[in-house]
Amino acid sequence: MSRTLSEADSKAFLSEFNIPFATEVLVSTADEAVAAANAVGLPVAVKLCGEQISHKTERGLVRLGLSDSNSVHEAATALFAAAQPEDCATGVLVAPMISGARELIAGLSVDEQFGPTVLIGIGGILAEAIADVAVRLLPIAEVDAMDMLDQLQTQSLLDEFRGEPVVDRIAVGKVLLALSQIAAEHPEVLSIDLNPLIISDGQPIAVDALVEVQS
Amino acid sequence: MNQTVTSTAISTDQLDASFSALFEPRGILVAGASTHPGKFGFVSLHNVIASGYAGKIFATNLEGVEVLGIQTLPSLEELPQGAADLIFVCTPKSANLDLLRAAASKGVRAAFLTSAGYGEAGDQGRADEAELVELCQELGILLVGPNGQGVVSTPAKLCAQIVAPYPPEGGIGIASQSGNFVSSFMNWSCATGVGVSRAVSAGNAAATSVGDFLQMYSHDPATRVGLAYVEGVTDGRRFFDQMRAVAQKIPLVVIKGGATAGGAQAAASHTGSLANDDRTFDGACRQAGVTRAATVEEAFEAAATFATQPLPRGNKVVVMTTAGGWGVVTADAITRDHDLELIELPADLREAIDAYLPPRWSGSNPVDLAGGETRDTIPKVLELVASHPQVDAVVYLGIGIQSNQARMLSEGPFADEADVERIIAYHQRQDARFAQAAHDVSLATGKPILTATELAVAFGDNAGPATVRSTGRLCYSSADRAVTALGHMWRHSRYRILRDLPLIDGCPEAFLPTGNLLGGSVSSD
Repeated sequence: MSRTLSEADSKAFLSEFNIPFATEVLVSTADEAVAAANAVGLPVAVKLCGEQISHKTERGLVRLGLSDSNSVHEAATALFAAAQPEDCATGVLVAPMISGARELIAGLSVDEQFGPTVLIGIGGILAEAIADVAVRLLPIAEVDAMDMLDQLQTQSLLDEFRGEPVVDRIAVGKVLLALSQIAAEHPEVLSIDLNPLIISDGQPIAVDALVEVQS
Repeated sequence: MNQTVTSTAISTDQLDASFSALFEPRGILVAGASTHPGKFGFVSLHNVIASGYAGKIFATNLEGVEVLGIQTLPSLEELPQGAADLIFVCTPKSANLDLLRAAASKGVRAAFLTSAGYGEAGDQGRADEAELVELCQELGILLVGPNGQGVVSTPAKLCAQIVAPYPPEGGIGIASQSGNFVSSFMNWSCATGVGVSRAVSAGNAAATSVGDFLQMYSHDPATRVGLAYVEGVTDGRRFFDQMRAVAQKIPLVVIKGGATAGGAQAAASHTGSLANDDRTFDGACRQAGVTRAATVEEAFEAAATFATQPLPRGNKVVVMTTAGGWGVVTADAITRDHDLELIELPADLREAIDAYLPPRWSGSNPVDLAGGETRDTIPKVLELVASHPQVDAVVYLGIGIQSNQARMLSEGPFADEADVERIIAYHQRQDARFAQAAHDVSLATGKPILTATELAVAFGDNAGPATVRSTGRLCYSSADRAVTALGHMWRHSRYRILRDLPLIDGCPEAFLPTGNLLGGSVSSD
């Protein structure tokens, strides 16, 4: 049996391994959401947070690009109202909007034949169609992490792109090494999804994270 | 699942101890020799004799008749103690357990079983296979197969196989989960002249897997590169650890069947293999330093290149050509390979070449001689290019053109005229010289020089490609194929450089540079 940590718990766990996240605040009222939004800086995204929430996007439980106090209040109110008992909601997450034209995906999973693996790939809405990913068996060394980035076919996305600087490959490599370290220290972790890992000003920032653990 | 590449629990020490029994036996016993030329028991004995195997050859036959000039033994009782290390089994399954017991008592230490009806044949077959494995462990016999095609070892002139061919001697060690792939690789070896050290089809791999054979090859002085076909990997982690250990010692080229959904379905019905996530398999290969090839010719040519060229110390490539179009397409191929670099020709090199060519030569990379060459230009320019410190590898195009015309002249109505005769001989001499120069310069500089022309397949006896072949190297049938092989080579070099592994391990002694380049620094960019 396995269970999935809430987004907030996932991020708290992963942050200990220096996986980069934007500052986020978990709030329990719409007023707190507005205060948090002003503290982290507008525009923000607000999301319902809980252990059992599935189909977050399909159910409209993620609201992006809120640029003033009113819209934050309105959205947070709606999210609290939409929570179902089975969601086990713990609150609403308020996060600054991370802007970047490029999205990567990174993660950890257990292959039936090869055991624990780490993955990096091109993310975004076309990710599945592009299917540009690199996988390695764990543990990986720094040289493997760098080679994973070299293996991606869409290298032009990692160079200067639409006025944004080149991707900091070493910073992305550190995320992969962190995933390797987590697998070594926490064999109970079955999978990790960092999707998307937005490239903002050349730096990777994980915007959503899910950790699945053996229960 | 009846075939795996990882089912064994044989230790490295056991493998090394069994190696000579399988690949360099003092004597071989063909069990189940037959007088019928269509039977495995005839063909395998024939192939052992025909390949010139120098050890003692014994054979059994229930009636004790003479087969192919060999007086067969009706039972193993008459086999001299310790005279044969290897038994090649062509008997039906039911006879095998007693046969192996008797063989072990006479000192046999390795058994190759062609017999079918084991793991590939349902529950009963699987149970019989388990019994077979257990017995061989008990007897201390290395079990290969069952349901395999055979074993080849050119240093021992041994071709114990139920199929052709017997390849020329060389540095490629072949192991395959599918017998026909062994034949394919060896047919390529015959076609190109780049030879094989050992080859074995793992059959059902009941006790000894493809990975185990590769591990043996990595300790084998006769083997410079491993070449393997695998279809299903069950214990992926063990396979990975084994492949990584092998690739630290020798380059290893793998072609994997069942890489796509369609192929995986075909593999399931062929060997019962479970599908592997191909992205994971691919990543595991890169991580292990294994060269993965997509097609059989790409796999063979990569292995042949590792076996016959020194590893490049960097990715900077120069193309030398006698004709423009080829150079352009080759420049495309190099540029498409993200890991290779078609370098801008260094100014001092350009000036040095200027001294040997009229001004119409390209002046850039590709170095297009544009027909400006005279008698000694090609060897000289090759030497200048390859010795330049900023050049790591050379692709040489255009060899054999004049000898091709010489062929036409020699087959034409004016072949007997003195001038014609003289020019035929001159062209052939020149192309042979150029091919030899490519080899010599590669030896002197320790850098790979890959010669490509379709004349290698169109007219293999053309003095150009024929001389490339006589130097022991592969003459690539197109520049694209040469570039593909070079890309594989560089990626393996880079793997070694980035992990502080010596390049020399992957570099056959015969191809170590004769100059002082070995002591120089290794370029890693």
